[in-house]
Amino acid sequence: MPSTYEPIATQTLGSAASSVTFSSITGTYTDLVLIVTPQSSSGTASVDIQLNGDTGTNYSLTFLYGDGSSAASGLASNNAVANGGTAVSTASTFLINTVQIMNYSNTTTYKSLLTRANNTAGNVLTSVSMWRNTAAVTSILLKLSTGANFTTGSTFTLYGIKAA
Amino acid sequence: MPTTFTKIASVTVGSGGASTIDFTSIPSTYTDLCVALSLRTNNDPDGGAYGICAISFNGSTSNLTQKRLQGSGSAASSFSFSNAQFPVDGSANTASTFANGSVYFPNYAGSDYKSFSIDNVMEQNSTTTFMTLIAGLWSQTSAVNQLTFSAVSGSFVQYSTATLYGINKS
Repeated sequence: MPSTYEPIATQTLGSAASSVTFSSITGTYTDLVLIVTPQSSSGTASVDIQLNGDTGTNYSLTFLYGDGSSAASGLASNNAVANGGTAVSTASTFLINTVQIMNYSNTTTYKSLLTRANNTAGNVLTSVSMWRNTAAVTSILLKLSTGANFTTGSTFTLYGIKAA
Repeated sequence: MPTTFTKIASVTVGSGGASTIDFTSIPSTYTDLCVALSLRTNNDPDGGAYGICAISFNGSTSNLTQKRLQGSGSAASSFSFSNAQFPVDGSANTASTFANGSVYFPNYAGSDYKSFSIDNVMEQNSTTTFMTLIAGLWSQTSAVNQLTFSAVSGSFVQYSTATLYGINKS
């Protein structure tokens, strides 16, 4: 039976870390799925993503979110990061965030990231980010927008998806 | 090559309907859980417009919170609830339409609170159709060993299905 959803790597933090990186990602899959269950060492923060070490303002995103009473949408152009979800510092609370990166290894199109973030104390959010670069995605860096650390027990798993 | 998605159990509702779909004795040997749903009820408790499904954890509907983002086809809105309920197609909705959704539970066997995510749609080629995204939290540290999907009113109709998958990281 072919395995279409294959774990590439997983990182469960044994100690706090300011960032997590998946590197040397092979181009043998069709799509990537990242499951992020983080906790912040201080306050609420967005999980930021940078691809292939690109720290330039080459990302943009459009988001739709609800805070429990109203829904809204917005965008950010010429951003230095893509959106990878949300983390809070609440005890025992590791939020679930999913990021899909479609057709990540092609070298002709810009790359899109589809994110679902779930914070019951804040926003439920979906977003699409774009990286304006045609390079194949070979590394993914995740960090918190506030500069806080990911705490011990934060887990990050990267899956490769094969279309056939 | 590892098998990442492993089917633990699958339920298809028979001709008599079922008020609940129950997954019991869930083993703790996986990393995450995912449930794929296709549901329709024979009753419409919320203003007669659609059915509602509720999730119980280990037999309990307590200590649950959710933030919901919902599109109706005419507006986007957001709500907070102290439950794990979401809209599904009901008897008032177009015949043969079933809500489709997925529920993801990371680290379900761990000792932290259990967060979960629900993505659900109930398209019916008419009004009162919801696309629902839910951020949920069960504020309990117990491992999840039972998940129950209940029709809040009435029963799930024949051909409703739910499949529980275990997900391995390696």
